[in-house]
Amino acid sequence: MTLIVTRRTRLSTAWLILLVPIVLLLIAAPWWAGRADLRLMGEIALYMSLAVLWNLLAGYAGLVSVGQQAYVGFGGYLFFALTMLAGLHPYAALPLVVLAGFVISAPVAVLIFRLRGAYFAIGTWVVAEVFRLSFAQVSALGGGSGTSLSPNIVRSLADGRDAREAVAWWLALGAVSLVIGAVVWLLRSRQGVALTAIRDNELAARSLGIDIWRTKFTVYVLVSGLTALIGALIFLQKLRISPDAAFSANDWTAFVIFIVVIGGIGTLEGPILGTLVFFALRETLADLGTVYLIALGIVAIVIMLFAPRGLWGFLRDRWGVELFPLSRRVSGLAKKEA
Amino acid sequence: MPDALLSLQALNAHYGDFQALYGVNLKVEPGEVVAVIGANGAGKTTMLRSIAGLLRNAPEAIRWKGQAIGALRADQVAALGIALVPEGRLLFPSLSVEENLIIGGQLGRKGPWSLPRVYELFPILKERRHQQSTSLSGGQQQMVAIGRALMANPELVLMDEISLGLAPVIIRQIYEALPGIVGEGLTAMIVEQDIAKALSVSQRVYCLQEGRVSLEGQSQSVPREEITRAYFGV
Repeated sequence: MTLIVTRRTRLSTAWLILLVPIVLLLIAAPWWAGRADLRLMGEIALYMSLAVLWNLLAGYAGLVSVGQQAYVGFGGYLFFALTMLAGLHPYAALPLVVLAGFVISAPVAVLIFRLRGAYFAIGTWVVAEVFRLSFAQVSALGGGSGTSLSPNIVRSLADGRDAREAVAWWLALGAVSLVIGAVVWLLRSRQGVALTAIRDNELAARSLGIDIWRTKFTVYVLVSGLTALIGALIFLQKLRISPDAAFSANDWTAFVIFIVVIGGIGTLEGPILGTLVFFALRETLADLGTVYLIALGIVAIVIMLFAPRGLWGFLRDRWGVELFPLSRRVSGLAKKEA
Repeated sequence: MPDALLSLQALNAHYGDFQALYGVNLKVEPGEVVAVIGANGAGKTTMLRSIAGLLRNAPEAIRWKGQAIGALRADQVAALGIALVPEGRLLFPSLSVEENLIIGGQLGRKGPWSLPRVYELFPILKERRHQQSTSLSGGQQQMVAIGRALMANPELVLMDEISLGLAPVIIRQIYEALPGIVGEGLTAMIVEQDIAKALSVSQRVYCLQEGRVSLEGQSQSVPREEITRAYFGV
């Protein structure tokens, strides 16, 4: 008898098929979208990446970091340094940024994993501040006031402004695809099974042979390296970097937590949906100034009260929907009786 | 004399200032079923947690095939082939019955236990395999917890109060499955408050009282009065 372990449902298969034309349409965006729309879509893709990554960290591994801006800023600064100071082509710099993110986050993990709960959260924030203060010391990168990406580096991406906007969008689209792909791959691997078990009951997971520290370490390092890549792309799009913008807890952590919480923490679909909701709110309410932030706060409170598992958690509890084939289903057992 | 599969040599255990176990000596030989009985708070769960690596304050006192394992983490202990059916079952609530079982086998140890074998042992779980583990009755959840431990193909399974909070008919059902489990050459240590059930399935019995071993003997031949005395300390 053979057992067939499948994670697909009819809906998730339909979704994966539907994904093909959606991705093709998005790749073709420079031909049908205006320059402003393209920039907005790029920003959405990058925020979605940050949200999916933070959700993996907090929602699956239980590592509630409020200091992921450390890696956004690190990635941004390193990208500027590698291209402007070391003279690398931007395409060569991007993979190096990911690698450097892995390398720098490993000792940070060893340090902050000694802290638990709220102390861990505070620890991550302190690390981010240390990163900010360190980069503010580098006078070659403009010190406290920051620096702009030199025009020849921008020009090396593509000729002409429209072509550059298109490249920036493709990089953002590629990044979000890479991030979602990496997270799906991780969650479907043995480490992913371990992560789900740890999230549910750490004690039982430990006594079943799951190495909690190593599992969390893997997640932290993976998330940090990819967050650094997103940081590089954010500041490639902005063309200017400064310590306050690069290591902003508000922009790169608070909004990201909002997105994950309203979308549904601990689900892959949640942060994706949350990003779309967040940008829909921002684009319709941003003109209202401060009222916009009050509205965001109200939305967060209402969702936490009435759908504590977020919008996606609410939909899933209602209809049992799952777009990404992550839950394991085994078939083949019934055949034995037949 | 060859080393026992598991031996505790003067095991002490503390929770902060509170001492829960005082110099516990105990041996488990391969293939036997050892029962550990005792009243609430006698230190039974503490003992199992110490063995499983969930409490680590006695590096030298716990020996597995002669090797000290008290300093190992829980996951390292599990990799040696020691599985715990924890008190309160501790299933993974967001996962289905089957996923809980699959996770039990994630160490990939070889042995007789597999999904079909667990379903053979507890047929009801096969019917319920796609249900969320927490939607099952208490008895069925206990079967999942036992099946999950078996999926690891352990050499020694530690069962903590598997009858706790269950109806007598369910307890009987679960205990009827035990011979089928230990028949596979598995060694078991069963911690129970239910004296009769514990004696009926085991070869040897230890009684714990206020953190100390108050009685040790053959399950079938220990006089009941002695057990009562060792259990209640009267």
